[in-house]
Amino acid sequence: MPIVLVFIEQRDGKIKRASLEALSKGAELAQGGKVVAVLIGNNISALAENLGKYGATKVAVFEHELLARYAPTAFAKLVVKVTKEEAATLVLLAATAMGKDLAPRLGARLGAGVVSDAIDIKEDNGKLIAKRYAYSGKAIATVALESEMKIFSIRPNSFPVKESHSGTPEIVVSNYNPETADLRDVVKEIVASAGKLDVAEADIVVSGGRGLRDPKGDGKQNWENLERLAQVLGGAVGASRAVVDAHWRPHSEQVGQTGKVVSPKLYIACGISGAVQHLAGMSSSKVIVAINKDKDAPIFQVADYGIVGTVEEVLPQLIEEFKKVVSHN
Amino acid sequence: MNLAVCLNQVPDTSARIKIAPDGKGIDSAGVTYVINPYDEFALEEALKLKEKFGGLVTVFSVGDDSFQQNIRKALAMGADKAVLIKSPIKDAGDVAYVLSEAIKAHFGGMPDAIFLGKESTDFNDAQVGAMLAEIFDVPCVSVVVALETDGKTARLEREIEGGKEIIEVAFPFVLTAQKGLNMPRVPNMKGIMAAKSKPIEIQEIPLKAASKSIVLNLDKPPQKQAGKIVASAAELVNLLHTEAKVI
Repeated sequence: MPIVLVFIEQRDGKIKRASLEALSKGAELAQGGKVVAVLIGNNISALAENLGKYGATKVAVFEHELLARYAPTAFAKLVVKVTKEEAATLVLLAATAMGKDLAPRLGARLGAGVVSDAIDIKEDNGKLIAKRYAYSGKAIATVALESEMKIFSIRPNSFPVKESHSGTPEIVVSNYNPETADLRDVVKEIVASAGKLDVAEADIVVSGGRGLRDPKGDGKQNWENLERLAQVLGGAVGASRAVVDAHWRPHSEQVGQTGKVVSPKLYIACGISGAVQHLAGMSSSKVIVAINKDKDAPIFQVADYGIVGTVEEVLPQLIEEFKKVVSHN
Repeated sequence: MNLAVCLNQVPDTSARIKIAPDGKGIDSAGVTYVINPYDEFALEEALKLKEKFGGLVTVFSVGDDSFQQNIRKALAMGADKAVLIKSPIKDAGDVAYVLSEAIKAHFGGMPDAIFLGKESTDFNDAQVGAMLAEIFDVPCVSVVVALETDGKTARLEREIEGGKEIIEVAFPFVLTAQKGLNMPRVPNMKGIMAAKSKPIEIQEIPLKAASKSIVLNLDKPPQKQAGKIVASAAELVNLLHTEAKVI
């Protein structure tokens, strides 16, 4: 059984759920063996103990005020240090903005093969075989790593979080003093889009397309309704490429081939016809709802439920109906 | 300023993907290959820097002769030279290695910057940029949506979940481009004519180590069946609650 290392991402003292998904999977692949979690930041050691219930047997914590924000070179150096000290041969991390940035750096430093955005990892005759989307969701690749050192970043929402362990992990807190060169690419500042849930991380995504029309013109009310619906459901707003290219919505919301590939538990497509490149980005959602006035729109081919109607008519009704159910829960 | 831009070519975004008979790749018959959209943002940004600070933009691609047409397009957009690398690459690590060898040979080391897309829309690995930076031991800023520079240091914005990170780095560095960074130019007639006489150097670079990642097979994702059309919002919400149990 491999010694497994899991990089735990925290931002503002909050651990990312996708990191707990990675840790749960790491504990499963360790088959009762050692699972080392690495936690880097400032004033974060209190988060370490809780990682035991997801399967961490040891937590290596590095704290320094200069590590409060992401510092790619320093983070890579620390994760590599622990990987070597612990003789880990399998590294897992969440395929978030940070994880996707870190994984190839670790791969280069450790001489490891790297699988990005895995949606499944299985052992097969002593080999680890992963599945991942390719061609932006239009195909699924089955990939094997041949190297001794193996790194997988896992796609958020693809593996369950399992609180199945009871042991208390060994916690080692180190006060690491970064050298100047380690901070050559440290994040100076974070500009948050206020209170916005990212479309790639949300459980529920409500997306709008060209059918909602220009938000600076006659589509204003439709977009307000779409945002209201996302808010009622506690979800994120997504957008089709057409509306991003028209500058109606920011690119960070784009779902599809040149945007984000999402797999929420509920995806509601409003006024989106369903171009191939959009379908590639959302077909793996667990439940898909389509609202479109054109009954022949391709989006209905992938939808679990559909309503044929205009967004002007349907969106306000949906807000009212969802409100009833959400407030009952 | 000496700038390297790495370009891959990928099926056009509107292409429907058909799996090849060997089950390991796609059937390229009838598929139009274009410059990877993210690499095009990288090229545009390099051309903007060249216009501001002078210097040369050299394009590097790893592929077969079918890449020449897209390399010509990059030259028509304004790149000065190109190197087409032929190598039996299998994974992102291989690509980073052969690119680094070609870039080293061309510039005698690390150029002022290497720009490439944040990922390629074929395999979506998003690994080559950071791996190149590790090989050259320079900073890499990935998923960049804005760049400001005086030619010595650069202030970059990278997209993260729900916001942006601001990073300042000194040259030289590696940048991976995200949509939103710029609007790539369309080659004009003068550029197209000029591109005809620009050199494309062909290099064969062997791998020094075994590939670490192997694609065993490629499948189409499970096809969804078209679902139920419901008559009202009330019925839909009820089904999502009681049948699909997602709310």
